[in-house]
Amino acid sequence: MAKVLILFAHPAMEKSRVHKRLVEHIPRSADIRFHDLYERYPDFDIDVPYEQRLLLQHDVVIFQHPFYWYSSPAIIKQWQDLVLEHGWAYGTGGRALAGKKFMHAISTGGSKNSYTEEGRNKYSLADYMLPFQQTAYLCDVEYLPPFVIHGTHRLPETDMDLHALQYEQMLLALVQDRISKPEIESCIYMNDLVPIPNAIQS
Amino acid sequence: MDNNSILFQAMVYLAAAVVMVPLAKRLGLGSVLGYLLAGILIGPTVLQFIGTEGQDLMHSAEFGVVMMLFLIGLELEPALLWKLRKAILGLGGLQVLITSIIISAIAYFLKLPWQSSLAIGMALALSSTALVLQTLAEKGINRTTAGRSAFAVLLFQDIAVIPMLAFFPLLAIAGLTPADVSVNEAEGWIESQSGWMRALIVSGAIGFIIIGGRYLIPPIFRLVAATQLREMFTATALLLVVGIAVLMSSVGLSPALGTFLSGVVLANSEYKHELESDIEPFKGLLLGLFFIAVGASINFELIMNQPLLIFGLVLALMFVKAVVLLVLGKIFKLRVDQNIIFSSSLSQVGEFAFVLLSFSLTEGIVERGYVEVLMAVVAISMALTPIAFFLNEKIVLPFIDKRLSSNKTEKEADAVNEKNPVIIAGFGHFGNTIGRFLRAHGVKTTVLDIDSNRVEFLRKMGFKVYYGDASRYDILLAAGAAEAKMIIIAVDDPEKRLQMIETIKKHFPDLQMLVRSSTREDTYDQMNAGILHIYRETIDTSLRMGVDAMKILGHRAYTAQRAARTFFRYDEQKLKDLSKLRDNEKEYINQAREYIEELEEIIKADTKQLHLVKDLGWDEDSLIADEQVKKDE
Repeated sequence: MAKVLILFAHPAMEKSRVHKRLVEHIPRSADIRFHDLYERYPDFDIDVPYEQRLLLQHDVVIFQHPFYWYSSPAIIKQWQDLVLEHGWAYGTGGRALAGKKFMHAISTGGSKNSYTEEGRNKYSLADYMLPFQQTAYLCDVEYLPPFVIHGTHRLPETDMDLHALQYEQMLLALVQDRISKPEIESCIYMNDLVPIPNAIQS
Repeated sequence: MDNNSILFQAMVYLAAAVVMVPLAKRLGLGSVLGYLLAGILIGPTVLQFIGTEGQDLMHSAEFGVVMMLFLIGLELEPALLWKLRKAILGLGGLQVLITSIIISAIAYFLKLPWQSSLAIGMALALSSTALVLQTLAEKGINRTTAGRSAFAVLLFQDIAVIPMLAFFPLLAIAGLTPADVSVNEAEGWIESQSGWMRALIVSGAIGFIIIGGRYLIPPIFRLVAATQLREMFTATALLLVVGIAVLMSSVGLSPALGTFLSGVVLANSEYKHELESDIEPFKGLLLGLFFIAVGASINFELIMNQPLLIFGLVLALMFVKAVVLLVLGKIFKLRVDQNIIFSSSLSQVGEFAFVLLSFSLTEGIVERGYVEVLMAVVAISMALTPIAFFLNEKIVLPFIDKRLSSNKTEKEADAVNEKNPVIIAGFGHFGNTIGRFLRAHGVKTTVLDIDSNRVEFLRKMGFKVYYGDASRYDILLAAGAAEAKMIIIAVDDPEKRLQMIETIKKHFPDLQMLVRSSTREDTYDQMNAGILHIYRETIDTSLRMGVDAMKILGHRAYTAQRAARTFFRYDEQKLKDLSKLRDNEKEYINQAREYIEELEEIIKADTKQLHLVKDLGWDEDSLIADEQVKKDE
């Protein structure tokens, strides 16, 4: 069993279609903690000791947010800057997070194709996640492939529902430690481990 | 029209009050003196609208006092009592005891029977709760040390009336025939009971009030409240007070005691505030009537005949009372200026003296001739109180202030060598938050305040505090205004703030000013004075409440927060716009009207200009529309 912490960041949740569904499908479980950063810290006044305690209590940390300007919403950066202290998360004596896992669950307007050399975003999504990956590396944390929902601006609502179910299944698999190391190494997105049959996608 | 019809009478009283009270307030004399003047105006001496019935009127108007005691009882939360216990028992108890003894001794020395002397001593030791509390509240000093001490003393006196009334019958002199017993007819049956039976009935009645107040009244109020008729609640509240008064007087006890008691019993009930707001207007009007009656019953003929005797008595009496209070204030460590307010405010004789004196007349304790003279003395002493307040405020206190502050500044001037970068003027509830905040971050501050007791306390806590009027150049200089970087102006009084701004602009042009403001009016004045940093005292708090309200209604915290920030910026801008507009039309007749008009304009502008917060950066609509266009192509 693994304990999962979801650090959720959406500055305009009222307008969200994708994340509203994802959040609704997070399984109610004692092993999954949903933590809404913008709701908790509307003034960006992060409670560092509390956040560090939360991290220590969990094995997998998922940053769930929309992909803004090839990165996260501002509060995630604020969270990183304040919570991942030198001497605690990294550097001399900074081993608090060693052995844990970080991953991202993001939604983006760009299609999968747009995140290729030929596409208009030129680089792959994994390339854009490099700062997060390196952060994890510095903290001796394993960085899992991201869970991604592409093309949200033209995604039919029925498909959003499918992705929400997919997210739910992935979370359950993480909690129950059902995903093996080779499986993780073999996939680009975590979505690939819980495939949606083509037949039911529009 | 019949001059004695109730309507005509009511018209006369109301008209007199409506004319005189605002006039007196305008002149800075307070409402009580206004009522008294109204009474004199319509009384037998001037317009003769009311004649001898002034005395009778006083009996019915005494009901205002009964209601006031009910309200005082309601206000008596155990916590407050506990906090004031030293002042109530010590200050109040000693005041009543010592003053009674001195006045009784003087009366006895003047060859009155000892019973009469004792009764007069007790009656005249009391001060006027109605007059003093009202005046203190009007002057806004009811929360100062002087105000609190005065309240404590008055409270003790009000409670002391009750045993006094019980004690008076024991003082009856056999030779004196109880005068005018018609008032007491209702009490006839109880007089005929034997002693122990009477004691039983009395304690039964008090027990009934306590137990009934706790267990019977709340369910009745619940039933009445369920009818959803506001006037029924008022009627029930009135019935409660009147009923208790009737019950008490029928067993021969003071109605004031009964209502006070039931007030205390109901102080913890959920209907406390409802009762308060229902009884309050009746109390106010009846007290007004009471003061009018006092004014009307001043026997000018008697005064004309013996002016020296009466005024001599008034002055001697007020002098004795004030001296006793001054000494007690000194013992209880009140600062000089606070002590002067305290002792001069309580130096008159109060409304309960009328009650006790007429009671002692009916009980045959004091002779009619003495009672009439004393009644006139009491009325004049009450009439003099607002004037004493007025003189105190305009002449005595400024003088004391000057002396105190010049002493202080001389004594402390050397301590300013530290050259603190920040001066805080005013360390009340507004200033002290800023002071504590800055102190917590190691910013050195120099504090100026005009409440001498607060100054002393803060000094004990290690703050560098100066006593003095921060609008004065010499005080500011002594506080280091010439070297400081900024001054935080947090005093309560808007006028004082403007004065300070002017002084600082003139003498310390390099000193940055951060100024608190209360109303929009205030803010405009400060804008006109060229202040850049203006802090409206309620805007942040009310918006914070608004944010919490939105959150509780289910809005996202971050959205509510941003909405509040937007509203704040918008409101500040709006204020600037309106301030420009306002300069064009300088002359406004009625301030209240102006405010309403302005509010109307602001609200109208809100609906027109304040778009819902639209953080377009997080809005996908245009992106989705783009995709749609691409797909269609």
